[in-house]
Amino acid sequence: MNRARASAVVGATRRATDTLIIAIAVLLLWQGLARVAGSTALAGPGPTLTYFMHFVPSQRFAVNALSTTLTFGWALIIAYGLGLAIGVWMGAHRLSGAVGEPILITLYSIPKITLYPVILLIFGLTVSGKVAFGAIHGILPVALLTMAAIRNIPPVYLKSARALHLSPWQTIVKVLLPATLPEVVAGLRIGFTVTLFGVLLSEMFASQHGLGFLIVNDMALLQTEEMISIAVVLFVFAAVANALLLWIERRMHRRV
Amino acid sequence: MAAADAAHASLSGVTRVFPGTAGHPPVHALGPIDFELKRGEFFAVVGPSGCGKSTLLELIAGLQRPTEGTVAFEGRPVSGEVPDGIGVVFQEDASFPWLTVYDNAAFGVRQNGVAAEEVRRRVDDALAFMGLKDFARAYPAQLSGGMRQRVCIARTLVLQPHLILLDEPFGALDAQTRLLMGDEVLRLWRRTGATVLLITHALDEAAMLSDRIGAMSARPGRFMDIIETGWPRERDSTIVSEAAFGDITGRLWENLRGESLKSLGISDRAVE
Amino acid sequence: MTRVGWIRLVVIVAAIAALELACRAGFINPKVVIPPSEMASALVPLLASGQINDDIARTLGVVTLAAVLSVVFGFALGLLIHALPRVREALDPYFATYYAVPVFIFYPVMIAIFGFSPWPIVLIGFATAVVAMIIATLNGLDRVPRVLTKVARVHRLGTLATSLKLKLPAAAPYLFTGIKLSVSYAFVSVIAAEFILSSAGLGREIADAYNDFNNRRMYALILLLLVIASVVNSALHAWDIRWAKRRGITTA
Repeated sequence: MNRARASAVVGATRRATDTLIIAIAVLLLWQGLARVAGSTALAGPGPTLTYFMHFVPSQRFAVNALSTTLTFGWALIIAYGLGLAIGVWMGAHRLSGAVGEPILITLYSIPKITLYPVILLIFGLTVSGKVAFGAIHGILPVALLTMAAIRNIPPVYLKSARALHLSPWQTIVKVLLPATLPEVVAGLRIGFTVTLFGVLLSEMFASQHGLGFLIVNDMALLQTEEMISIAVVLFVFAAVANALLLWIERRMHRRV
Repeated sequence: MAAADAAHASLSGVTRVFPGTAGHPPVHALGPIDFELKRGEFFAVVGPSGCGKSTLLELIAGLQRPTEGTVAFEGRPVSGEVPDGIGVVFQEDASFPWLTVYDNAAFGVRQNGVAAEEVRRRVDDALAFMGLKDFARAYPAQLSGGMRQRVCIARTLVLQPHLILLDEPFGALDAQTRLLMGDEVLRLWRRTGATVLLITHALDEAAMLSDRIGAMSARPGRFMDIIETGWPRERDSTIVSEAAFGDITGRLWENLRGESLKSLGISDRAVE
Repeated sequence: MTRVGWIRLVVIVAAIAALELACRAGFINPKVVIPPSEMASALVPLLASGQINDDIARTLGVVTLAAVLSVVFGFALGLLIHALPRVREALDPYFATYYAVPVFIFYPVMIAIFGFSPWPIVLIGFATAVVAMIIATLNGLDRVPRVLTKVARVHRLGTLATSLKLKLPAAAPYLFTGIKLSVSYAFVSVIAAEFILSSAGLGREIADAYNDFNNRRMYALILLLLVIASVVNSALHAWDIRWAKRRGITTA
């Protein structure tokens, strides 16, 4: 192993250890907090781990996790689909972009939860309602970032495409797509996190299934072990997905 | 030792080695160097990229500490802190975008608790001298690159420094602006009576402006030659038409050609 | 107003008008969505009666407190973490995934510690917004040109003076973006918490109206929240643009 590789490995190990140290500090804090709040309000790390071990393989977890996953999957497809479509349209069509951007930004800043009752009224207490609520969270960041990505394509790329006599299809596939990919992936990454958040929220209020429902149920019954176990699962899921999308984003950046 | 003969700033046996970090070996950037800056002179340092010229300037300013040897300014050792009486103009734009031109210029002197009346006098003076009087209320974002550098120079002027250090201040400007800025620096030098140390990679700039020129070798930087130009104090850019100018630049290039190739990683012999 | 501004105004008015017509003409079930004009006419007497003044005060108070705390602590923590690169690297993975989990699962813990006061909700708002401010602060400090720290040393400024007189103004536009985000996140999380956890405030009133099948009241309250959110965000945005222009930056 040459010098540079060796030091890179040392650096990565050190970072991993540091991150681990922070995790341990959080665990200690948690233990302390559990003492202060009492075991009914907050279970300590030990009991929670025990619960986690037999909860995750259980039927109860599997059924609800599946429900959430399905809802989330649909919401994500709609959020990505509509978001990309709107983003591409507003990015490519100058006037629509100029008119629409402030509207999108204002919509982005409105707490979607205020629209939740409206969604419930429209869709009733159905899965479609949860999918819709999740989707409206994700559409906007995807649209905004896609729009920005297309707007920021250096004009010289387009001029080069014309000078090289590329067809419109070739221009899109070989020039526009690679040029915008990193920023679009950034939008997809943010869209992922907020859509998940929206789906969980929807399950917390008017649902009988799903991880969000379990959480709100646990809050009422003060079942903190289960609550935190679910939080850990969600955290790991989000962390892995985020890391994956971030890795893709960085790979795209290096090529651009 | 008469005060007039005493060096304004000096380096004795100075070397600067950048310590290694994870994955990079230590870098011997400069030295050993023994060097004396005479009071009131205009001294230029030229050399290839990466030879350590900026490091030399930062050592004199106290922005870096020498690995070996000592740096002295006005008879006192310089160590880790910028001494009173030194002004520095950097290559990058260091104007503060959130302050007007006036407030930028006044910045340094307001820190030192100088009376408001005196602040106003000095700032107005400096802005007028640098031709920025009409732009006192403007923000740097509204000015060109050359004007922003003038704001930085004005800010330094207001401090009334005894030693002015310029680290490739015109590197980011176009060729014509650079020549004009050269004249400005000469005016500045004569007006303030300060000692000036100019770092540049442009041979003509060094030859035109200075009393003495130090030609620095490739890394680790050492002075290969120190050339005296013998120009009169009242000079400007029209000097370029003097015969001696060509001799001086020729001599500099003789010294530096090999070093420049070295810093590019090309051996002297290889070029044909 | 520019041409684009006019077009935008027309688009917005047309959208509202279309909704109004669709409701009045019966295309949209009045049990689901009521016409915008009725929303407004339900809101005005509600405001005038003073019935919801307490709720407005409560929600806005909690949001403001949460936002202010996040901005102050977020900035301070951001400054601290920026000065400790190793700590920053260690915290990076946690920042990236922080928003994956809804923070209000810790609500019961906070009730246990603070009782049924506004504090648990304030903390929820704070916990949501502070990380956005920390990240924005780190971002802003990253973008302070290195030459400015050298200038600080030439002028012999101490660490505190350098932070306050140079780093803070230099990073200001990015810090302001952080403030915008913090306000927004505090607002969203507080309303969500009030809604789902049924504590006091506008969120709770909306949940109650929904559960009572009181559409007029519910929509009036939703309209009120939308107006408040839009006004606050527009104000912050306008301020942001003005500052950015002076500095010659395009942030938004």
